[in-house]
Amino acid sequence: MSKNIILCGVGGQGTILASRLIASAAMKKNLPIKTAETIGMAQRGGSVFSHLRMGEGANSPMIAKGEADLIIAFEPGEAVRQLPFLKKGGAVVVSSRPVMPVSAMIGKSVYDASAMITYLKEQVEHLTIVDADQAAQELHSSKTLNVVLLGAAIRSGELGLDASEIEEAMKERVPEKFWDLNLRSLAWSK
Amino acid sequence: MHKEFLMGNEAIALGALAAGVNLVAGYPGTPSTEVLETVAKRCGGRAYVEWSINEKAAMEVAAGAAYAGARAMVTMKQVGLNVASDPLMSLEYIGVKGGMVVLVADDPGPISSQTEQDTRTFGMFSKVPVFDPSSVSDAYEMIQEAFEVSEKYGTPVIFRATTRVDHGYEALEVRDAEEYKVCKPEGFVKDPSRWVIFPKLSVKNHALIEKRNEGLSDVFSEYPRNVIRWEKGIASEAQGEKKMEARCENGSEAGCKKGIATHGANYGYVLDSVGGLKLRVLRVATPFPFPEKLALEFLSGLEEVLCVEELDPVIERALTYVCGKYGLSVKIRGKKTGDLPLSGENTPEIVAAAIARFLQDGGAGELADKDASIGNATAGGIAEMKLPEPPALPVRPPVLCAGCPHRASFYAVKMAMKGRKTIYCGDIGCYTLGNAQPLDMCDTCLCMGAGIGIAQGVYHTEPDTKCFAFVGDSTFFASGITETINAFYNQAEMTLVILDNSTTAMTGHQPHPGTGRTVMGQVVEKVSMEKVLRAIGLTVVETVDPLDYKLSVETVKRVAEEPGVKAIIFRSPCIALTKPSGRSIVNLEKCIACGKCIRELGCPALVLGEDGKKAKIDTSLCTGCTLCEQICPVGAISGGSKNDTQTVEKTMAETNERKAFEEKKAEQGGKKDE
Repeated sequence: MSKNIILCGVGGQGTILASRLIASAAMKKNLPIKTAETIGMAQRGGSVFSHLRMGEGANSPMIAKGEADLIIAFEPGEAVRQLPFLKKGGAVVVSSRPVMPVSAMIGKSVYDASAMITYLKEQVEHLTIVDADQAAQELHSSKTLNVVLLGAAIRSGELGLDASEIEEAMKERVPEKFWDLNLRSLAWSK
Repeated sequence: MHKEFLMGNEAIALGALAAGVNLVAGYPGTPSTEVLETVAKRCGGRAYVEWSINEKAAMEVAAGAAYAGARAMVTMKQVGLNVASDPLMSLEYIGVKGGMVVLVADDPGPISSQTEQDTRTFGMFSKVPVFDPSSVSDAYEMIQEAFEVSEKYGTPVIFRATTRVDHGYEALEVRDAEEYKVCKPEGFVKDPSRWVIFPKLSVKNHALIEKRNEGLSDVFSEYPRNVIRWEKGIASEAQGEKKMEARCENGSEAGCKKGIATHGANYGYVLDSVGGLKLRVLRVATPFPFPEKLALEFLSGLEEVLCVEELDPVIERALTYVCGKYGLSVKIRGKKTGDLPLSGENTPEIVAAAIARFLQDGGAGELADKDASIGNATAGGIAEMKLPEPPALPVRPPVLCAGCPHRASFYAVKMAMKGRKTIYCGDIGCYTLGNAQPLDMCDTCLCMGAGIGIAQGVYHTEPDTKCFAFVGDSTFFASGITETINAFYNQAEMTLVILDNSTTAMTGHQPHPGTGRTVMGQVVEKVSMEKVLRAIGLTVVETVDPLDYKLSVETVKRVAEEPGVKAIIFRSPCIALTKPSGRSIVNLEKCIACGKCIRELGCPALVLGEDGKKAKIDTSLCTGCTLCEQICPVGAISGGSKNDTQTVEKTMAETNERKAFEEKKAEQGGKKDE
């Protein structure tokens, strides 16, 4: 099995932890794994991404355009930005909640998040929209959006990993007092 | 051996430890920082590690250790090598006794740097041998080989990785601590004819270095990481005579008139693109001294070569030279022939498209069928979805964090100097982001510490301008002190603004001389900026909390009118080091929807509310810094609270403790795996 996965969002949203969970789960299965991430200046509120290649045959961690099996997007606009990487028939899991850029707030740019969702619906057949606000309300926390998205990614069938494998990886990285919240987040769906 | 999932920089650090490194010094800089941090975390008392004040100091510390027979490593980003170039240029003439690796992280793109300089070219200029790893696991083994070469030939060597190797991750096998090489330094042996650089010694050693590098070119032609690769496997994997036979056999295979020469992260992109093609691929792992004999073998029988490189066309020039020297008629293509971009980072699709074009135009022979499919795939045909134009994408340049004290400092200076003729010279660090709208408080930015000299130069040219130089705490120590002395002594009129957030924030919170702790966890005497400035002779040195808006504006107004060089230290810790002190909330009854807070501060936590007019605060981002509360004309925002000094000290101590705990845990984790 080989999978090319892209995680994307805005600096500070927790894409890196999600990418680590996938990597540890893959390692436990003895799958070769290579990843590449945005670190440094670009993290400060900028667009961030992780490329993740799992399985045999990857010579580099970078995914070429049109070759991602799955995009896990923490933000609608960022999903659209990464969409050229998706292969034909690939899956997209996207959080519905936009992160407004400062430039849009001070009137220097325009960002219409609902247009992004509409565009995604038109272009992507295999699309899961995660209602981040509802999830936060029902889980009483907005801190586990990354795990909620991972749960949806598992159910999309394109992650190549099952819930128990991610659970095991999570338990190794997260303090025990947060296990319950994370397990509920992983299982959460609308 | 045991398996770990490691960042490239972590793998390099563990490789250095496995090679028995005794001393590591460096200065933080993306994408190099994690190397030194990992050595500090994982060395288990085997090595001395320090964050030096700048790269020049680090290079000299490492050189001293290598003079005494220790294995030493110095770490920096590519622009850091400019700072350290003075000792390195001379050190190459003197040489080392213990193995010494100069780790330099290059940043194609650039993603987080001022320049796209190529350290492979620097190696050629300084005559220092260069290693260029292609992947995380490659880097782990290669750094150990780099130490061996350095020690054997008595020269420092450059180990140059780029972002995709430094910040890539792989699961790989690494050595257990018991398997680490142990290096016991002999100590410094006095010998003035060896360690003291004089013109006579320089001219003698210059000739020796040139000879040695000629020899190294042959040695590197046999180095297994310099490899000619054929579609059916790596030709030079076999050893000795067999290796030569294997290469010749492949070289004689029919239909192979084209080759690709590449390096670093691009090697992976090339291999991902050429699967199933009969193409000869040369991977150059040591761009200097260039493995000439291997290159000759590679070129033998070829008609055309495409050089797939990032940054400078180093291999392209070397191959062109080899063709001229040996009278070969092989066409060498690459950046100089317009086949690859002259700047920026290469991506898998840039590389695949360049290869497809290279194969398509003329003489491809039996490769033509395969070419067509590559060409289509990469030109956006087969695999890639055909997408209509998307709606306008959100514009997200990096910005100062919500609650960042630098925002308050910039805003105070801006308000205090409203209507005046000013220049705001910026510097290297998070605060370069003060250039963004709406603050717009960074008129110049050049290199570490340059803002002070530039402000001085502007003053001497137009004395009626109020000249400000903004410099961060770590940058001030790294290269701001000599600039301040220069400005003071040479009678400049300017205001030095030190933005002291008590850490090296941009690179991930490293300690510096103002913080009172070291990377090894020692608590030490802090160096006081106030005392340094007063010792230089500055009489006006004021320290103020930038989150006290009114006091800050008053201070700037007063200090800027003083003669000569004067300093304001805005001191407030980085928000990543302290816990939020509450959250601010907008009282919608009071808010008059003037938009001042959003428009003037550009804080990511300040957004437009549901009505699209009144302000709303994103409580997940707000730190309660109160800056917006203080500038709201109707007092509609409240709820934040400024951390008092005691709380700040307490939370910072907690952060340090937590860091120490995590580091201990990481070390134990490493041990557990062994």
